[in-house]
Amino acid sequence: MPLTIFLAVIALCPGLSSLVSGSQFWMPPNAALHGIAVDRLMRLNLTALGTCFIIAHLLLLISILRRPRPGASPKILPSMWAMEVIPLTLLCLMYVWMAITAQRLWAANRFEGPSPAAMQVEVVGVQFQWYFRYPGEDAAFGGTRPELVNAAAGNPLGLDRQDPHSADDIVASELVLPAGREVDVTLRAHDVIHGFFVPAMRLKQNAVPGMVLHVHFTPELPGEYPILCSQVCGLGHARMQAKLRVLPRGDYALWLAAREAKLHAIQAARVKAQ
Amino acid sequence: MPVTFTRTPVDTERKHTGIGGKPPASRRPTGGGGDGDNWDGQRGRKGPRQLLTRWRLGVFFALIGDMMFFVAIVSSFFVSQAGGHFDPRTHNYISTWRPVSVPSILWLNTAVLVLSSLTMEMARRQLFREIDVMEEWLGMGRPALRRATPWLIATALLGGIFLFGQWLAWEQMWTDKVLLASDPARYFFYLITGFHGAHLIAGIIALLGALASLSLLRRVEYRQIVVDCTAWYWHCMGVFWLFLFALLVSAQ
Amino acid sequence: MTDPLESAQAIQHSGPNAEPRRRRSWIRRYIFTTDHRTIGIQYLLLALIAVIIGASLSLLMRLHLAWPDLPMPFWGVMKPEDYLALVTMHGTLMVFFVLTTAPQSGFANLVLPEQIGSRQMALPLLNAASFWLTVLSLLVLVSAFFMPGGAPISGWTSYPPLSAIAASGPGQALGMDIWLVSIGIFCIASTLASVNMLTTIVAERCEGMTLDRMPLTVWSWLVASMITVLVFSVLFAAAVLLLCDRHLGTAFFVPMGDLVNGQIVGHGDGTPLLWLHLFWFFGHPEVYIAILPGMGITSSLLANFSRRPALGYRLMALTTVLIGLLGFLVWGHHMFVSGMNPYAGTAFALTTMAIAVPSTAKVLSWIGTIWGGNLRLTTPMLFSLGFLSLFIAGGVTGPLLALPILDAYLHNTFFVVAHFHLIMAMAAIFSVFAGVYYWFPLMAGRQLHEGWGKVHFWLTFIAAYSTFFPMHLAGLAGEPRHYSQLSGGAASMAALIPLQRYISISAIVLVAAQLIFLTNLIWSVWHGKLSPANPWQATTLEWSTASDGQPIVLRGPYDYGVHPGQSDFLPQDALEPNPE
Repeated sequence: MPLTIFLAVIALCPGLSSLVSGSQFWMPPNAALHGIAVDRLMRLNLTALGTCFIIAHLLLLISILRRPRPGASPKILPSMWAMEVIPLTLLCLMYVWMAITAQRLWAANRFEGPSPAAMQVEVVGVQFQWYFRYPGEDAAFGGTRPELVNAAAGNPLGLDRQDPHSADDIVASELVLPAGREVDVTLRAHDVIHGFFVPAMRLKQNAVPGMVLHVHFTPELPGEYPILCSQVCGLGHARMQAKLRVLPRGDYALWLAAREAKLHAIQAARVKAQ
Repeated sequence: MPVTFTRTPVDTERKHTGIGGKPPASRRPTGGGGDGDNWDGQRGRKGPRQLLTRWRLGVFFALIGDMMFFVAIVSSFFVSQAGGHFDPRTHNYISTWRPVSVPSILWLNTAVLVLSSLTMEMARRQLFREIDVMEEWLGMGRPALRRATPWLIATALLGGIFLFGQWLAWEQMWTDKVLLASDPARYFFYLITGFHGAHLIAGIIALLGALASLSLLRRVEYRQIVVDCTAWYWHCMGVFWLFLFALLVSAQ
Repeated sequence: MTDPLESAQAIQHSGPNAEPRRRRSWIRRYIFTTDHRTIGIQYLLLALIAVIIGASLSLLMRLHLAWPDLPMPFWGVMKPEDYLALVTMHGTLMVFFVLTTAPQSGFANLVLPEQIGSRQMALPLLNAASFWLTVLSLLVLVSAFFMPGGAPISGWTSYPPLSAIAASGPGQALGMDIWLVSIGIFCIASTLASVNMLTTIVAERCEGMTLDRMPLTVWSWLVASMITVLVFSVLFAAAVLLLCDRHLGTAFFVPMGDLVNGQIVGHGDGTPLLWLHLFWFFGHPEVYIAILPGMGITSSLLANFSRRPALGYRLMALTTVLIGLLGFLVWGHHMFVSGMNPYAGTAFALTTMAIAVPSTAKVLSWIGTIWGGNLRLTTPMLFSLGFLSLFIAGGVTGPLLALPILDAYLHNTFFVVAHFHLIMAMAAIFSVFAGVYYWFPLMAGRQLHEGWGKVHFWLTFIAAYSTFFPMHLAGLAGEPRHYSQLSGGAASMAALIPLQRYISISAIVLVAAQLIFLTNLIWSVWHGKLSPANPWQATTLEWSTASDGQPIVLRGPYDYGVHPGQSDFLPQDALEPNPE
């Protein structure tokens, strides 16, 4: 009997799955390339596990409502095969399937580095602010030193001005990215552990002080998306947020040019002051 | 296997009776000694060995927990040894771990500690000599006490010498300007020797307690328990030290 | 006024206690006692106090989350650091002082010695000492609220450098030190308690109580105690190292050049990940310490109230041990996005999927036990069924969160909050309720009121689902935990506020329903129905009515349904009835 119900619901599964696959399961709209596969996997897993939840509760409910036949010996338990071995084997197969499919996606996402053509951005978490640094024309980040950090003087990341690479580094407080180009994010933190979380990009990675971590993703859809801190980092944790703006390529080039012009103006002013 | 009395046939029969070691009641021996050695008339007690087994087990389980403490410290040692940081100027991965050369006095201390374990074992065995125990139990003097006391005092003294030696090693490092907060290898040297030393201080207190109890406690089995548990603790601290010392020596 | 404890002992010890009891002073009997049953009740009362404080804190959090501008009575509008202090203290109180003490120390002290046919714990003095250390630890923890700067704000996981640097936030100075000291004391207390329990189970079993005749509760206490002895020392070591970092100038957890509040505080090559590894090496097995006793209680109660043996007794014992063992290999699944090597993430994902197998086997066995049984839907049975339902609800999301790629979205969102509150908080608490309703006659000699018990169950059950199930949706929408307010960039999540309000209202109902339980508890101590010696017709020895000395165990623990009609159960120490 339990086996029949189990199989019956399994048969219903595809129908159930198609019922909910149209919606996003409450998740915010996805805007990243790998997010499509992540969402699909999430949907499949939620459906499979939701089905298990429903079957188990049907069995529970039936056990509670059904009275045993009079005269049946209560000592006779359901057979171990029907109740344990077969369902457990089926569920183990499901776990193996879940592990393998998810593992392949994880490997594609994290085991392999970004393509060499990926754009470089550095994300730095500081209590309670995200900073974003672009390497500029030389495609290399300048050195930073904690002693030089002085947000009031316009150097929140402690850029070492002696380093030639740092001259063209652009530091921004919002993350602006071109659509359709892979981004290699370098994650750092100054003080405590922060969590770099972009829900729309299906991306989360902690920024750990003392470590330089990398994640990569490809934003696809232009738009504005929130960036949150997902690791409790102090009293301002909840307001440690920033904005990710994904622009069409042309708009991004315009934005970058404007930032570079601004940087040059500031540098010129600094030279004049000296 | 030290026991209060020689093993009776009942005890032999109790072995190998299936999972868990306790025989099912159908095979429960009857006749002489069948009352679970319950000769002191206490409810729920199964004779003197029961109490000893209990305490010994308790000490063993506690020592397993203690071992995990040192395992955690040693794991942290290896993690820190492998640690380092990127130099912001050169972009090189550099480590501040500078190995500590172990003060040579530690070799001497180790020998002293091993010796103290031997004297401790001698003391422990004195309390389980069948003839002496029987005599004590019958109230005919306290030969075990007489025999064990010098060994216990020797152990406590050797333990004290070890601790003093460790202190000398620390002093030596202080004069070398090797302070706690200088670099990870030093923290660990001080932490490992310090934690182990704290454990030994507890051990010496237990030894003094055992010495006092030898004359204060009235029942033979209580005296046995105190000395036995202290001895196992002491041996265990000796073994821990051998491992920790090997770690310090191999990392220098 | 009758003495409830005395009448309980009268039920239990009518035989063995035939010798005249030495009258002891009130304090020696109820406060500084070495009697395991009284200590068990003391542990349960301690957990009750902790759960009352912890639940009040969670209500304040829920109110603030749903109505951020609402001034709290005696407090005013809550500041973000207050919210985080509440989070920290709620988590610490619930995990350590409720979920570790009640199911393990509380119930085990209450019934474990009798269940294995002994009359006492192996080391009674140690037992009392560990209880009073736990009390001390609780007092120290609560005192953190009154320190300058308040309670720590780094959550119960206390990740450094936030927890290592006093300047990193309010409450991270003295409050954090107090927290660490309290946890250190708790580590020692629970290790000692478990040493006692292990010794008792190994050395004190009566004649015939072989390992394969131990009730499943005893199996689960055995495994949970082993885990406790092995992991709490690791947490202790971690706390000591963190205290060294804070006060002795070492750098185990703080990296070079760490810059907090404009000051460079990092001067060594520490790594915060070391704390994460040490903490979760403790933290994940800790989850099993909390839930294993609940599993054991459920197994026993489902068998009893279905009047049939537990399905697959040996499998259940084996899976208990397997869960305990595998529990040591899965800690990394808390660290998928922490900066740990992604290959390690894969390894931990696989071990975590592996632990789903024994857990699934347990659920199947529970369903098999009640399938087709003649269920007696008493209050303890209802709570056991509730445990089963909530365990499944919380459990199904386990394999999902074990997948690193999906966890990389769900980590630290309300989805995780829903997962562990359903399985660890609600399921474990339901097993505690089941235990209290079931063993109350052993505590007070009376039964809790069944009718009010059922009202309590249904309200709690519905409110539990309605509180924690919607959190999955908030989590899928990406709402992070530890956020006192949804503002700024997260304003896109403002649509979730009605959902959070609904959750808050459910939480209020959930807590209010416990007032019924409290009233029932207090009323029943003096006015409840007097309990017969074996009110649930149970087979395990804590209900044994045999009167002479040590019991002798003749059979396994769940011999139910043997002679339908009349006496359908055989206690473990009862002789075979005549065939007539």
